[in-house]
Amino acid sequence: MLVSNLELVPGRRIVAHYGIVQGSTVRAKHVGKDIFAGLKNIVGGELKGYTELMQEARQEAVERMIAEAQSMGANAILNVRFATTSIAAGAAEILAYGSAVQLDGA
Amino acid sequence: MLDLIELGLFVTLLVVGFFAGSIVEKRHYASIRKREREYADVLAYAVRFPPDRVTRQRAFLVHGTVVISSDYFKTFVAGLRNLFGGRVRTYETLMERARREAMLRLKHDARRQGAKLVICVRFETTTISTGWAASIEVFAFGTALIPDHDPALSFPSRPVAAA
Repeated sequence: MLVSNLELVPGRRIVAHYGIVQGSTVRAKHVGKDIFAGLKNIVGGELKGYTELMQEARQEAVERMIAEAQSMGANAILNVRFATTSIAAGAAEILAYGSAVQLDGA
Repeated sequence: MLDLIELGLFVTLLVVGFFAGSIVEKRHYASIRKREREYADVLAYAVRFPPDRVTRQRAFLVHGTVVISSDYFKTFVAGLRNLFGGRVRTYETLMERARREAMLRLKHDARRQGAKLVICVRFETTTISTGWAASIEVFAFGTALIPDHDPALSFPSRPVAAA
């Protein structure tokens, strides 16, 4: 599955459009990380636990999006975008969406 | 008496925040500058279309993300700024560090997978509230391109001036 935020892939033609596919996940942070983050708020710097959390969440959103595209029979997702929304204190939704298409060739 | 302890704690946190915060920031900037030189050969552009639309190339998503927290001193100064308005320099450096770090991680991701060109780079910024202080997340993503056949034909590599 080719995943890209381009509108076209160099050297390849789009032969079919399947519409929008999306994947999302809602994540909450856990207390341990929060306490550590509270300490980090004093001295500053990277919150590695949070970086990992966001990374995992995006990975999951992308995987769900890919699963949807696969079920449609697409071989690529183009124009991929991401959106993050905080739903309540401590919980956030991460969304990945794009256009499922069929590209020519392998 | 309790007020005195509270005041003492506040001043201590300010002082700790100021010194620890500037050390952390200085180190981070040094590391950013060093790595930016190392990754100068990975080109990243915001253009929407590839320079060569005809030659078949491998295309895939690459990304970099970082969550950075402000320090106690910076948060306090920014709070003061809210009274008078104007430029909040302490947060400007925070945002800049986060963007440059995210960009470096994107380039790292690209190079790890053998790409030297990333186009359509976009930034997403999210505020993550962690108690009383703000942390920010910067997410950079783009599409890495690798020429399928002869690398010399598609993207002639140009020397890049070190930043």
